[in-house]
Amino acid sequence: MKIKVLSRNPDDYLRETKRDIHKVPRNYDPELHPFEAPREYVRALNATKLERVFAKPFLGALDGHRDGVRSLCKHPTALSLLLSGACDGEVKVWSLAKRSCLQTIQAHEGMVQGLCMHQSGRYFFSVGNDKTIKQWSLSDCGQIEEEPQSTILGKTIFTSIDHHWSQNMFATCGQQLDIWDEDRTEPVRSFTWGVDSLHAVKFNPIETNIVGSCASDRSIILYDMRGSAPLRKVILKLRSNTIAWNPMEAFIFTVANEDYNLYSFDMRKLSMPVTVHMDHVSAVMDVDYSPTGREFASAGYDKVVRIFPADRTHSREIYHTKRMQRVETVRWSLDNKYILSGSDEMNIRIWKAQASEKLGVLKPREKTAFNYNSKLKEKFAFHPEVKRISRHRHVPKMIYNQQKEMRIIRQSQKRKEANRRKHSKPGAVPYVPERKKSIIKEIE
Amino acid sequence: MEKIPEKINKKKTNNKKASRYFQPQEEVYNIDDKSLKKFKSGHWKKRQDGKTRKKNDERAVKRLRKVDKFLGDAPISKEKIKKYKRGSDMEATHARTYFHKTVFEQKEKKLELAAKQAARSELLLQETSGFIDAESDEETTYISQHDIVKAVDINSASKYFELTLTDFGPYKIHYTRNGRFLLMGGAKGHVAAIDWQTKKLLCEMNVMETVQDIKWLHQETMFAVAQKQWTYIYDNQGIELHCLKALDCVLNLEFLPYHFLLASSNSKGYLSWLDVSIGQKVAGHSTGMGRLDIMCQNPYNATICLGHSGGTVTMWSPNVKEPLIKMLCHGGGVRSVTVDKKGRYMCTSGIDRTMKIWDLRTYKMLQSYKIGMGASHLAFSQKNSLAVSKGNIVEIYKDCCQETVTSPFLTQRLPSSVFGLQFCPFEDVLGVGHSNGFSSLIIPGSGEPNFDAMESNPYQTKKQRRQAEVKMLLDKVPYEMIHLDTGKIGQVDQKTLEDKIEESNKILFLKPKKIEYEPSYKMKGRSKGLKKEQRKKGVIEEHKRRKLKKLWT
Repeated sequence: MKIKVLSRNPDDYLRETKRDIHKVPRNYDPELHPFEAPREYVRALNATKLERVFAKPFLGALDGHRDGVRSLCKHPTALSLLLSGACDGEVKVWSLAKRSCLQTIQAHEGMVQGLCMHQSGRYFFSVGNDKTIKQWSLSDCGQIEEEPQSTILGKTIFTSIDHHWSQNMFATCGQQLDIWDEDRTEPVRSFTWGVDSLHAVKFNPIETNIVGSCASDRSIILYDMRGSAPLRKVILKLRSNTIAWNPMEAFIFTVANEDYNLYSFDMRKLSMPVTVHMDHVSAVMDVDYSPTGREFASAGYDKVVRIFPADRTHSREIYHTKRMQRVETVRWSLDNKYILSGSDEMNIRIWKAQASEKLGVLKPREKTAFNYNSKLKEKFAFHPEVKRISRHRHVPKMIYNQQKEMRIIRQSQKRKEANRRKHSKPGAVPYVPERKKSIIKEIE
Repeated sequence: MEKIPEKINKKKTNNKKASRYFQPQEEVYNIDDKSLKKFKSGHWKKRQDGKTRKKNDERAVKRLRKVDKFLGDAPISKEKIKKYKRGSDMEATHARTYFHKTVFEQKEKKLELAAKQAARSELLLQETSGFIDAESDEETTYISQHDIVKAVDINSASKYFELTLTDFGPYKIHYTRNGRFLLMGGAKGHVAAIDWQTKKLLCEMNVMETVQDIKWLHQETMFAVAQKQWTYIYDNQGIELHCLKALDCVLNLEFLPYHFLLASSNSKGYLSWLDVSIGQKVAGHSTGMGRLDIMCQNPYNATICLGHSGGTVTMWSPNVKEPLIKMLCHGGGVRSVTVDKKGRYMCTSGIDRTMKIWDLRTYKMLQSYKIGMGASHLAFSQKNSLAVSKGNIVEIYKDCCQETVTSPFLTQRLPSSVFGLQFCPFEDVLGVGHSNGFSSLIIPGSGEPNFDAMESNPYQTKKQRRQAEVKMLLDKVPYEMIHLDTGKIGQVDQKTLEDKIEESNKILFLKPKKIEYEPSYKMKGRSKGLKKEQRKKGVIEEHKRRKLKKLWT
């Protein structure tokens, strides 16, 4: 007969010296871990609550401009540098790390309409209301030479400018779309379609010869830089203010529209947007994609910045402060961590892209804890309590009331349509999908 | 017809080529299937062109010889993986889009990997379970504690001991969750807490009152004592911390560690739950079943099981005023109830001298045993050994739930009749409290050999204990979640949705309930028949809409 009884040697379970770390024997047997699901749920709930507790997205404001900030430009190689142009013609270079202005120049008479930078970061272009395009050199430490390297005098006002992603070319728009070679004073190519003026232009970052622009006849026009005529256009019900290309999916772009919505289009099929993003309660002024292409930030005339997942109808985040007025322009920093917004009341604000993210270097244990919590939040995202907490945002009274009003308007419109449908011949009042409602037509 | 022979020809030529490359294979022994496949598929063809073919051939052969015999991970048996799997595999066939399908599949893969890794980590477990290996003709029933003590090492032998405390008995006992500390409460007021392995006394006192029951709270720093009138909480030095007047005339205490609830049943048929982390009573039910002197908890779902004199066993949650389950278990009164760790089996004994094993998944009886004098106390161990006390004899049964056993695994006679019975967690030890004191018996194979230090650690330091306390409080499960099926929260709530849809459908299509509404009289011709009827209809529609809205929010 053999008898064995459990007898543990304490040396196997205790640390040898005081400087050693504690031994933590694990046994993953589910029997030893009762209430697995409820405990996970509680953890998820706590993680969600903590996320809301730590959601402090506002990092700081850069003040110094003497008029509303009209345009922002990210530096392609330095994360800490930022260019901003104001309505009084000043261009400022900012150090984001120090949160201070490095230099100021009086670039234009009247508004600075647009800024864009060469991909090397050595020089940048600005267009203003004084009908000029100016090229400025910029040193690595953020110093601009007082005099522009070159000045091009145009016939009409330029409303926007964007640089090609690989060649020494840039595009401006105004009465027509011009493609410029950096070395020449005349545009290489000019595109017109109709008589209306354009107010936004953007190069596609992947298919670098494609250019998108927004026109004041409520249309979005696509061009191929190599061709002689514009490619196609789509007319919406209201004007689009700006256009942004998805940096990861070459064929997707998003426009910020006056009808409070943003529309994501597939370049290949303009007859219907892929997604309608609606949450703003006033015109959307600007939109910029995150470098991952997963999300974008939008600036609203309703004094808020919103963050939308690229494939979602509703925003995941709303940023506002009491002092922030109409937001004119927004940029997503190239390290995917910050959002910069320029607004009417002369300030540039720095926000975190993830409101509750902890900045700075994380310890490995912190990192694993954050990862674990985010996974839990994802797992239990649809539980009513978790959903309620994670969705809750405090919004300004104005927006709260506006949202309510818009909800009522939308409901009444729907009700009216349903009533009309009910009382007319079957098929006389067709069902129009929400996405198609704002599209008037597509022209090739 | 013409094409087919061509194909065959091609294949043939391929085979020829392959066979030519194959020649050295006869000499090679250490080739596994993978490398052979590579060889066959012409993976090495490139190296074998040109003049240096022979040399390269030799190299290839050498390379083949070096191939590891035990490629990849060690195989794990499916049984082991199954143990660590939560639920069955999900099929991605119902996914909405291709994208969702891939997402599902990736998730499934990750889950499988997790199960595999957990199963593989079994290799790292340090201890193995205890056992008695008897020869075929030998019975283990009559192996006495002295025999066991003689056979085992000195460290284990010290776990068999007796404390003779004749003055204040009979004793109720309780071990902490990590099995390190023991609490004893004599009916005549003697309360003592000891580290039973080192035999170090934490505190000892006499509360000068009848002690009905004692229980450790979440850690060894505090314990609750149900005394004659109120229930008291003491710390491990015996200092009275609280007097819980909310719990009066308590007969039985149970502590639910994951919910921080102290459940108590009293002599007036009142069952109550007290949250010890906030010190408030969260629920209390008047059961109306008379004196509640038999109580145990179901460690799997934290429900409370009560045994009644009519032979019924009821299960209670703090959220429902009625018992969740009420089952008739015995012809006569119930004497003792216990539930195993996984919440699968419940064991009951009654004054009809039977002991019955119930399956708590189907609520059906699995086994019924005749016990000579009837079992007064029952206890399950972590490895599902069952301790049964009858008078002053304790019998241990092994695997008595699924199969019918004919004789006990071990028996032991004690100096006096048994009053409290509990297996020590993570040890092969059974603690028995009786009128003459306390006995610690060695029961090989009853305890879980490998503990998880994140869950309960017998070797934890003071700092670790404090850390664990914080973690436990953070993970405190709200009492609202106590229900029969604990896994429910992690599952898709299909039924509620179906019910909702069904109910809303009913409202939409069923004839609306008649609503008493008499439109008030309005002047200027607005109370004509048609107008009145329209107004009435509007009100009814509005009522319907509101009801629908309520249903969906």
